[in-house]
Amino acid sequence: MMNHTLNAAAAAIPLHRSRSARAGYRATVRAWVTPFNVWAVVIIAAGLPITYARFTQGLASVTNLTDASPWGLWIGFDVLCGVALAAGGFVMASAVHLFGLHDYKPLVRPAILTGFLGYFFVVIGLMYDLGRPWRLPYPLFYSPGVTSVMFEVALCVALYLTVQFIEFCPAVFEWLGWRSARQWAVRLTIGASAFGVILSTLHQSALGALFLIAPGKVHPLWYSPHIPILFFISAVAAGMSMVIVESTLSHRAFPVQTAGHDITEMDRLVLGLGKAAAVVLMTYFALKCLALAHGRHWHLLLTPYGAWWLVEMLGFVLLPCVMFTTAVRKSRAGWARWAAVVTVCGIVLNRLNVSIITYRWNAPDRYVPNWREIIISLMIVTLGLLSFRWIVTRMAVLRDDLSDAALLRPPTRFSDGAMTS
Amino acid sequence: MSVNRRDFMRMAAVGLAGAAPAAEARADADSRISDAWMGMLTDLTLCVGCRKCEWACRDANQLPEPKPIDAYDDKTILEQRRRPDALNLTVVNQYDASAGGGSSAYVKSQCMHCFEPACASACLVGAYRKTAQGPVVYDTSACIGCRYCLVACPFEMPAYTYNSAMQPVVKKCMLCFERIIEGKTPACASICPVEAITFGKRSELLQLARKKIESDPQRYVDHVYGEHEAGGTCWLYIAGRPFEELGFPSNVDTTPYAERTAQFLSTVPFIQTIWPAVLMGAYAFSQRRETLAH
Ligand code: SF4
Ligand code: SF4
Repeated sequence: MMNHTLNAAAAAIPLHRSRSARAGYRATVRAWVTPFNVWAVVIIAAGLPITYARFTQGLASVTNLTDASPWGLWIGFDVLCGVALAAGGFVMASAVHLFGLHDYKPLVRPAILTGFLGYFFVVIGLMYDLGRPWRLPYPLFYSPGVTSVMFEVALCVALYLTVQFIEFCPAVFEWLGWRSARQWAVRLTIGASAFGVILSTLHQSALGALFLIAPGKVHPLWYSPHIPILFFISAVAAGMSMVIVESTLSHRAFPVQTAGHDITEMDRLVLGLGKAAAVVLMTYFALKCLALAHGRHWHLLLTPYGAWWLVEMLGFVLLPCVMFTTAVRKSRAGWARWAAVVTVCGIVLNRLNVSIITYRWNAPDRYVPNWREIIISLMIVTLGLLSFRWIVTRMAVLRDDLSDAALLRPPTRFSDGAMTS
Repeated sequence: MSVNRRDFMRMAAVGLAGAAPAAEARADADSRISDAWMGMLTDLTLCVGCRKCEWACRDANQLPEPKPIDAYDDKTILEQRRRPDALNLTVVNQYDASAGGGSSAYVKSQCMHCFEPACASACLVGAYRKTAQGPVVYDTSACIGCRYCLVACPFEMPAYTYNSAMQPVVKKCMLCFERIIEGKTPACASICPVEAITFGKRSELLQLARKKIESDPQRYVDHVYGEHEAGGTCWLYIAGRPFEELGFPSNVDTTPYAERTAQFLSTVPFIQTIWPAVLMGAYAFSQRRETLAH
């Protein structure tokens, strides 16, 4: 883990001439060379020159964007998928703080952190995509265009990022040992959660509503006047599934942090979430069918795009729904975890279908991402994971809140005794 | 687009049965049309594909990499299908004779200067403006470069300077707004050697188009493109062949595109008022349950 690395590295510096230090140094390097770290270094090394090109020579130098296909991977994946998958924050916060489902408390902080980092890196992705990213505050502070759905997205995302930061503040203040600030921040939790639900409802649906204005471009099977509701409902399912996926991965990646967790209790929570996700997915499936019937598009199911629509709907909505249901009935948390993975993939597929794969489906010149765009997207995801790791190995996110006594201790920062002992 | 559909959406988004009827704003669509609006009428049966308008446009807009007017005599470019881009705010395409006979048709395309522009409604910094004179103009000073306007335009007209790192901008025809203000005719209309492009009041151009079609029904299809498309546009076309055959999008709404998103935005206040009530109710309920449990 990175903590060991940093400790050992810090120790190695003043002594680097002695033989034992050199051995220690080698051990450090070996401990550091994990598959993920190697991946991170490679992808960032590849991403930096692309970043340089992007900001010195313009979008044309690194993307395949055209006048006809003005939105590519950075909007379709980084923004649309990023926001949908970060919905776990508002779902968990409202479940626990507003609806009183206190059992799920251990999942709230990781969900809020995932949400906050998700949105934060959505904004980073947006900085790459916007022609003039330095004008990012313009819509809010200089020249608001209130007739635009995009304006609503911008406003809600900006506010929600702030809300999530406030929601995560208690963990930060615990880490810093600021007791009174923590108490103060905790008091904001209820209000922040409620505000977060409203903002999330608005911008999750607004991301779908962006496409309302392009009926001739998005394929009719994916275009629907109900697309705002479809985006919102599917984001709720995505958020719940991401909470399951994230907690599963965290257990593997951060055993020290999750040592205190009761495995059977975690399984119970996963099944509870799975049950809720099954209901949400069923609703989503029904609404999708309703939209299909409403648009009278049944005949399109026989076209190649129809087959693709069925793949999405059956393989990535109905299948995980059934998996969740079976998992709950048979008390198999493992199945629910796999169902969550499928759901997450399904939402990614849906967002890409709407924004890229079926966008201008009948045009001869279609957008295919440039490999450089893919690298940047991967780099942003990697930076998000690195940030997640940096934070959870320091702050009380996965492990329980620190007790008041622990709060009196100085922040743990680089000395990791409290976590490893 | 129907009232039912919109009501359905509103109800479902808000969770309210019987929400207020949505069609208030629709009834007086005609009253939004200004008689002062100027426009253009392109008669595609007259166009000979000389591309002089392309040159004049590039010249009048002082676009980079200017080419001499002779360069536009090159007809090989007509073999490709082009759309307006950052260097050519208007382009002429050739459509070969239809199976039924006749000769090639040439189509000049550019921004249509919609009555209720989708681009303007989509812009989150209000960079677009429908001027009192009719042209839809774009101002770079606030544009953040999100390119939502490119997504929104049903005619796919705006272009973007993707190759500029520091000052990328949207590029589109502005109907020579500056020239109109000075009382001049737009560059393309003034150069056209066969007078295929007529500049004038939109309302009068529509009359002219109708008169032309009526006086020679053999020559024209009975369709003034732009009269109703996208809710009406200041640029009008008449042609000798169905517009679908000439590369015009055939599936455009006859209501303004902006309405589709306006409808969604109108649900926002509902969510803002109903959600807090629901959430606070749920919170109060869960608190009460806990108190009772203790
Ligand atoms: S044609 Fe497109 S760019 Fe021109 S005014 Fe209409 S929506 Fe805007
Ligand atoms: S690219 Fe510029 S003009 Fe177009 S919608 Fe975005 S901010 Fe507005």
